[in-house]
Amino acid sequence: MSFYEEYRRAKNIDLDNFFAKVNRYDVERVLAKDRLKEEDFLVLLSPAANDYLEEMAQKAHQLTVQNFGKVIFLYAPLYLANYCVNQCAYCGFNVKNGFKRDKLTLEQVKEEAKAIVNKGIKDLVVLTGESRKHSPVSYIKDSIEILTEYFSSIAIEVYPMGTEEYRELVDAGVDGLTIYQETYNEQIYDQVHITGPKKDYRFRLDAPERGCQAGMRRVNIGPLLGLDDWRKEAFFAGLHANYLQNKYLDTEISLSLPRLRPHMGFFEPNSIVDDPALVQIILAYRLFLPRLGISLSTRESDKLRDNLLPLGITKMSAESSTAVGGYAENRGVNQFDISDDRTVAEVKDLLLNRGYQPVFKDWQQI
Amino acid sequence: MVEDKLVIGGVELESRLFTGTGKFPSKEVIRETLEASNSQVVTMALRRVDFDNPEENVINYIPEDFTLLANTSGARTAEEAVRIARIAKAAGCGNWIKIEVISDNKYLMPDNQETIKATEILAKEGFVVLPYVSPDLMVAKRLEEVGAAAVMPLGAPIGSNRGLKTKELIRILIDEIELPIIVDAGIGKPSHAAEAMEMGADAVLVNTAIATANDPVKMAQAFDYAVQAGRIAYLAGPGAVKDYASASSPLTGFLKGE
Repeated sequence: MSFYEEYRRAKNIDLDNFFAKVNRYDVERVLAKDRLKEEDFLVLLSPAANDYLEEMAQKAHQLTVQNFGKVIFLYAPLYLANYCVNQCAYCGFNVKNGFKRDKLTLEQVKEEAKAIVNKGIKDLVVLTGESRKHSPVSYIKDSIEILTEYFSSIAIEVYPMGTEEYRELVDAGVDGLTIYQETYNEQIYDQVHITGPKKDYRFRLDAPERGCQAGMRRVNIGPLLGLDDWRKEAFFAGLHANYLQNKYLDTEISLSLPRLRPHMGFFEPNSIVDDPALVQIILAYRLFLPRLGISLSTRESDKLRDNLLPLGITKMSAESSTAVGGYAENRGVNQFDISDDRTVAEVKDLLLNRGYQPVFKDWQQI
Repeated sequence: MVEDKLVIGGVELESRLFTGTGKFPSKEVIRETLEASNSQVVTMALRRVDFDNPEENVINYIPEDFTLLANTSGARTAEEAVRIARIAKAAGCGNWIKIEVISDNKYLMPDNQETIKATEILAKEGFVVLPYVSPDLMVAKRLEEVGAAAVMPLGAPIGSNRGLKTKELIRILIDEIELPIIVDAGIGKPSHAAEAMEMGADAVLVNTAIATANDPVKMAQAFDYAVQAGRIAYLAGPGAVKDYASASSPLTGFLKGE
């Protein structure tokens, strides 16, 4: 059993027809419920629910405070390397984009670590492009061994791996895995991943599950919003999170909601995900899965991030660089442009002013 | 009033309200709330304690006269709980430990079996062990045998604020277990806390209901009063609750020749 079987069942639902039939009474009925099922989740993603964002927001806020408290976890990304063999139509690190590729030496990893820790960040996400030649598991592992001296929690956001490889990294000190399916639509997936190992939809789809099996404490998934109709992407990603949460009870499951951002060789989105759409997705997730972590990156603007705070967000990045060597030396090419360039100290003050405690440490290497 | 103290691990406690440090809007509020609560024992998750940064270290916001009760939040097995407990002790958090072994991220229900295992190991090592469990008589008896200092049954799932949903099961523990029974989790309102104390619980642990209140400081005071009121009521011995009225046509009147 894999999520793929669940996906194959769900993709046969006539979603367009379902969405078209939902009316305001359906939405009101779902809002009155305590525990939501798959159909209820779909109702909240429907066009009819657009008119109920305030009601959904009130309920989502209350559920978030109850389950997570008035706290926001803060993290930062660290790009180790940007060598990549994939040709993803939407990505700045696309193999066809001609820029000088870079990879941190282990000495540079240490320098970047110090620069990030100095800002107060203790929760790190380590990223590489997909190149088993330039960024083999052994290189990631060597970097992790250095990073565990500086950070209390480390997640990886790299190419999909086998269970044994994940386990090796868990043993080295990794406790979280982030891997985005980008799009759940198999056909679009095939179109936008033009060449490279990433073309293997199924291997990527099952990666979060392999991470759970390898003993990751936290697994973060998500669609890259803009590649297909956002209502459908949000639905499949929600089902995926629900599947993982039910099957791997001891893993904390969270979702990110990255929207396509401008980058080198920009690709036009297939579906426009405006702010009300993003809000609707966040609210539907919180109501469907009250214990789900929801993460928001600096891709979004400072103003929007501030307003999204009380709606269900549990985790944010701060003062991020998406370039290799972007912290200690301020060099390199960005994977995508960030919209919120406030410092960690500024984000911390803002959270406190809004009645949220910024939390930097939420794990202890044991 | 006659001295009525709760003794755990050799420490005499006047307050029967245990508090927590999670979910607060800021660390400053934690300090003010703890001071207002009159509580003497506070739990904090070792995973959140930032020993490297004094400004972020929650312990620096806990008034000095409090007994620290580090908890093993994040532990999925007995082994992980034991490791967290040892780290907490080595880091200067004292030898009180609240065992939380939770391998269910959906409802956050404790794993009773693993909790017993961790309690046994840590009690032997000299820890004052307060295990958080689903209320179950046989589990509580095992915990008593392996050296727990108290038993902390849940009233309802953590953070649910639903009140004493497991009341009948907790009542059995109160009646049958010698150790202090501290109701932990689920208490959403001061009246829930009073209810637990009235029925004979030795103490309650309250976090979410205080931390997420609009005014945590006031809510902490309200819980302090409720816990005291409930305790005094228990000691006073409440009158019997009758669910039948005195019948106007008695069924045994014939015995008195009526």
